[in-house]
Amino acid sequence: MSSVETVSLSKSAQRLRDRFSGSPLSERVEVFDLDLPTIETSPADWIAVARFLRDDPECGFDLFLDLAGVDNLKRRGRAARFEAVFHLLSLSRGEHLRVKVILPDGTPPGLPTVCEVWPAANWFEREAFDLFGFDFPGHPNLRRLLCHDAFVGNPLRKDYAPGQRWFFAEEDLRMPDWAANSEERAGHFETQTISIGPSHPATHGIIHLIARLDGEKIARAETQIGYMHRCFEKMAETHTWNQVIPFCDRLNYVSAMINGVGYVRTVEKMLGIEVPDRGRLVRTILSEFSRIMDHCVNIGANLVDIGGLTNFWYLYQPREGIYGLLEACCGARLTVSYVRVGGLAIDVPEDFVPRCRALLESIPKFLDDVDRLVTRNRIVRNRFAGTGTVTRDQAVAWGFTGPVLRSTGVPYDVRRARPYDFYDRFDWDVAIATDGDNYARYLVRMEEMRQSLKIIRQALDVFPASGPVSSDDWHVVLPPKDAVYHDMESLIFHFKLIMEGIRVPSGERYEWIEGANGELGFYAISEAGPGPYRLKPRPPCFPMMAAYEKIIVGGSISDAVATLGSLNIIAGELER
Amino acid sequence: MKDFTRAGSLWENPRSMPLSGKGNVLPAYDPKAAGGGADFFTTRLETMVAWARSNSLWPLPFATACCGIEFMSVVSSHYDLARFGAEVVRFSPRQADLLIVAGTVVDKLAPTLRRIYDQMPEPKWVISMGVCASSGGFYRAYHVTQGIDEVVPVDVYVPGCPPTPEELMFGILELQRKIRSGEKSRDERSAARAAAL
Repeated sequence: MSSVETVSLSKSAQRLRDRFSGSPLSERVEVFDLDLPTIETSPADWIAVARFLRDDPECGFDLFLDLAGVDNLKRRGRAARFEAVFHLLSLSRGEHLRVKVILPDGTPPGLPTVCEVWPAANWFEREAFDLFGFDFPGHPNLRRLLCHDAFVGNPLRKDYAPGQRWFFAEEDLRMPDWAANSEERAGHFETQTISIGPSHPATHGIIHLIARLDGEKIARAETQIGYMHRCFEKMAETHTWNQVIPFCDRLNYVSAMINGVGYVRTVEKMLGIEVPDRGRLVRTILSEFSRIMDHCVNIGANLVDIGGLTNFWYLYQPREGIYGLLEACCGARLTVSYVRVGGLAIDVPEDFVPRCRALLESIPKFLDDVDRLVTRNRIVRNRFAGTGTVTRDQAVAWGFTGPVLRSTGVPYDVRRARPYDFYDRFDWDVAIATDGDNYARYLVRMEEMRQSLKIIRQALDVFPASGPVSSDDWHVVLPPKDAVYHDMESLIFHFKLIMEGIRVPSGERYEWIEGANGELGFYAISEAGPGPYRLKPRPPCFPMMAAYEKIIVGGSISDAVATLGSLNIIAGELER
Repeated sequence: MKDFTRAGSLWENPRSMPLSGKGNVLPAYDPKAAGGGADFFTTRLETMVAWARSNSLWPLPFATACCGIEFMSVVSSHYDLARFGAEVVRFSPRQADLLIVAGTVVDKLAPTLRRIYDQMPEPKWVISMGVCASSGGFYRAYHVTQGIDEVVPVDVYVPGCPPTPEELMFGILELQRKIRSGEKSRDERSAARAAAL
């Protein structure tokens, strides 16, 4: 960590402390300075603190990022067993904040809901209710979210066995109460309730939408998820730090590389090690290629949903080229697992730069084709423009980030707001639009692909022909195989790393990067064990899916399909 | 090189006989070799039907996760599944005879998968694409079905995480061979579980 960063962090923590000391809450919160400014409070004061943090002009934490439950059962020196850890973002200030609500022992864990303060909290609280058993008095719809309805217990508690399953049959599925009764009004024909999904081509496999239709208009809707909850967080707790990387790649499997980079950056920050420039450049280049792939699939699939199949084939062609590049680097096409804590698994192939340059030549052609076919296409405009509209205020209140937030006119991009790797040295623009509808999202994604190409071109210009891609800290990175065979010390390092894994010092860290969908954060807690004590990804499409049932109300059912596609819901990331 | 253009050579070569002995691959018709120029061949009806079925599979992609993205690659122009007569992707189970389960199936989704399988008309086949569908993969966890054969019978398992397009194509070719030879695989475990559902 650079010294500059430390000073600015303390400053913001200091400002928070000053702010609180002048308010009526001064006695009831404690401000700490960890990797982020951190506030500790109790459930009784949480609502007041939350309102203060959002409304105070000096704080202005308007964007709800994440809620992570923590079970301290096996942690040393903790006052209470359960903590609810919130992460907030102030868009105007570009600052992150962590709030810990300590849930006292002796009573069932619970804290008041903050749905009123940040509507985005709704699903995050349901998730904590489901996985940790936290009670949220006042929550409008406190039901299980990720686990199925016949599930017993709270799986992320430390005393829950990772493999304990519960039998679920079709009749156990709980539909919302309002769906059971039809609604009849005088002078009006009857509304009907339909169930779309979980297996439906327009829901991309696994999302369950229950909608009440008044004619063709949606009068009320509710989405059910959990059809892809594959226990990422529990798996992370039962594996070592490096073993978690393949699990991370399967979060957003459309742009797997970015997830891996986000995760290892968190661990590297906890360890305090630096990755050589060449390794970081490879990560940057492949991340931007992954972003292009992600947007290609998103736009292609979205157009398929509204009936335009051709573009899908056009947009899949550049993907195959990028797959070829990834395969040459690491042997896998989709879920690459190429990053390691401290660098990369292996060096890039000799023809890495020519391959990238060839892709830079070929990809714009496909984008231009799609541009010509789609951007001014009247059918597309009729279907996209003015549908699925999200205003700026709604997007912030619902916790959106990424292209969907930028399409409402908020220029928040982590690569610009807090540049990591080399993004501050390259010349590129943050793509924004103002309408906030499906068409604006399409335009933002198209432009982002071109900006990514621009970034890659500049990264290739400064790419060193040779040099290490991984750190030479042999406590973290495996020594070269040659040295392991000929040098006793290297052999010992190799043995210790394989048998024991990386030892990450105790502590916690939240690191965030710009994923293809928005801010992708990883909140990691280490207890100096072989693996993470707790690892919570901040999934960018989770708040969007939560808001989906509100966006589509009032629109027609066919627009709802177009909207679902343009929000880019990736199940692996949504439900983890 | 064996001469497969003449119908007789298939019968003479025991290695070309189907494994189960129930059916036979369709002999190739070569008007020159037949000698008389008559436009007919003889076969058993079920062999003929199996041959037709194997080359006109209508897959239903039950795509849930990463494997679904690879499945899209397989049907896209680059890999072009159409070459194997299995490109008519149908999203309605009533119009499909091949269920390709691509991706992790979790306990909440398992009854849905069974319902979809039940809705498909006979004859039907199932390909389990990827290790998650085959065995739960590395998700040995509280919410993940440890292999779809807990709920539906599987004909071909395709390993990989996710399998490359070539691997899935090999799985489909393998299934075609199975259909032509009349082999069946309905394992007991899934039948017992299905009865309980």
